Amino acid sequence: MLSRPGDRQPTEQVAAEAAVRLDGVSKRFGPSVALDQAWLKVRRGEFMTLLGPSGCGKTTLLNLVAGFLAPNEGEIFIDGALVTDVPAFARQTGIVFQNYALFPHMTVANNVAYGLKARGVRKDEIRRRVAEILAMMKLSGYEERKPRELSGGQQQRVALARALVIEPKVLLLDEPFSALDKNLRASMQVEVKEIQRRLGVTTIFVTHDQSEALSLSDRIAVMSAGRICQIDTPEALYRRPADRFVASFIGEGSLLHATIEQMAGDSAIVSVGRSKIAVPAAPLSGLSTGSQVDLFVRPEHMQVGAPDTAAFEGQVAAAIYQGDHVDLYVDAPEAANGRLMMRLAAREAGGLSHAGSKVAIAILGEDAVAFPRTA
Amino acid sequence: MAQPVSQRLLGLTGKFLVVAVLGFIILPAFVVTIAAFNDKAILAFPPKEFSLRWFQNAINYRDFRLGFENGVIVMLATSIIALVVGSAFAYVIDRYRFRGRNVIEGLLLAPLVVPHFTVGLGMLIFAAQIGMTRTYTVVIVCQVILVLPFVLRSVYISLRNLDHRLELAAASLGAKPWRVLLTVTLPLLTPGLVSGWLFAAILSFNEFTAALFVTAQRTQTLPVAMYNYVREYADPTMAALSVIFIVVTATLLALANAFLGLGKVLNVEQAR
Repeated sequence: MLSRPGDRQPTEQVAAEAAVRLDGVSKRFGPSVALDQAWLKVRRGEFMTLLGPSGCGKTTLLNLVAGFLAPNEGEIFIDGALVTDVPAFARQTGIVFQNYALFPHMTVANNVAYGLKARGVRKDEIRRRVAEILAMMKLSGYEERKPRELSGGQQQRVALARALVIEPKVLLLDEPFSALDKNLRASMQVEVKEIQRRLGVTTIFVTHDQSEALSLSDRIAVMSAGRICQIDTPEALYRRPADRFVASFIGEGSLLHATIEQMAGDSAIVSVGRSKIAVPAAPLSGLSTGSQVDLFVRPEHMQVGAPDTAAFEGQVAAAIYQGDHVDLYVDAPEAANGRLMMRLAAREAGGLSHAGSKVAIAILGEDAVAFPRTA
Repeated sequence: MAQPVSQRLLGLTGKFLVVAVLGFIILPAFVVTIAAFNDKAILAFPPKEFSLRWFQNAINYRDFRLGFENGVIVMLATSIIALVVGSAFAYVIDRYRFRGRNVIEGLLLAPLVVPHFTVGLGMLIFAAQIGMTRTYTVVIVCQVILVLPFVLRSVYISLRNLDHRLELAAASLGAKPWRVLLTVTLPLLTPGLVSGWLFAAILSFNEFTAALFVTAQRTQTLPVAMYNYVREYADPTMAALSVIFIVVTATLLALANAFLGLGKVLNVEQAR
């Protein structure tokens, strides 16, 4: 049955189990490693996003959970049960593909009923549940249409309905929004998020779009080159990226040349220009005082300062007016690639908007992170 | 229109060429069809008086009836065997990567480059060795070899056009492999299967060169019977038979078109 939130209250013992768990899962295609030692726990009812550039292994991970691929190493658990060797048809996962993969030769109703028929659900029960989910997806009245007669957004809702009607233990979304145009995408995102929360269905969502990931997810696993780099909430990823890749992939920021002044337990002090900034020590483990590091600073955490509080000076290369704010590109020797980007409220930027202006730049201490300098 | 004369001439020449080419394509069928209704016992064009007597003769001639029956038996057996074998190979070649895959594909497509008379002669020698020269079996095996490439290509292209994610989606919805095959894969392959079967059937029914070698008096197919007839007589019976041929083939295609759409059957449209 599809449900009211109360229906899905699991027993306490089961609740303690992760809805999906990957223990050191690796997948190789010939010599290339698609997924390398992935460890992941998705909580019950959680919206977990796998975020990364194409080829990072996020789709491979999704296919492994769905059972479309078998891992070379490691174990996969769904609802606490070992499913590594369980075929896809017995895993009770619902998947929505980028192209929706609706059965073109079946009506909307038959597409949605497919999973229930495969499970041998009684006919009247099928009818009731299909009608219920189609109503929920605002698709009532489209039962007898063929998929090609529907718009992109409607096709996506059919694909979601088809996946959800079987009450999957985990819903898998493989870049489902990327085929939609921009306006529709935003409204579908809201809709999907709302339905996901209402049904409380555990969801693994694959995307390469960081803004999509930040806005929808409870937690995000950032992936790169077959590895999971960091698993955290959107806010934590933005404020405390664990490595250089995560920092640059999520949001914007500039790298500045800095030197470690002091290592003190959980935090370290680094100097950049004339300023000293506290940063988390974890990414710098193994380094000592005097080491050269790269300080990662978000554009909104730099300000035009009075010369005495400023860390260093630079010269405006370009000022890009963005409505409520101005993106200021500044050339300075302290910037790792010679140029940094800072974001000013539009009213603060007056007078700096032309190229060649000298600016003194102050760094706000919050949320700065430093990484070892790569060779 | 302020087009230069040279442009207009070029345009006219182009149109004329297209009409001429299309004309040449249908010319033989046209001439033969008209000649079939000739009243006189000669193959002449255009005929002076019209009659249906040659159609009657064609239908009543014993060798033609036998040839037609043999042709249908061979056609049905050939097309069904070729469809099953060809589809199975197409599936394996599409879905699996293994050593020797290219060799298998090459061998299956080889009859496209081996002349039909070579296949026929080879089969004849082989059949003589095992004492089966007068059987349907040897005719059918020979024809299966000849039509297999067409079935294989047709089904293979349909398989390539089939989105694998549809099968994955079905599996994730709880369908066991056989259910996926019956409810998703096969229905979506239907146009390819029908087109493969149709090609096989038409080719087999029309095949002459190899059939000439491997058929005996008792097993001769219609084209062979026609050849034997034309060696002795030169009346419009042949033309009448040709018309019957054209009508039957066209009917098959029309049926396929009505049920599936010709675009799909001939694989010129995406099966979506």
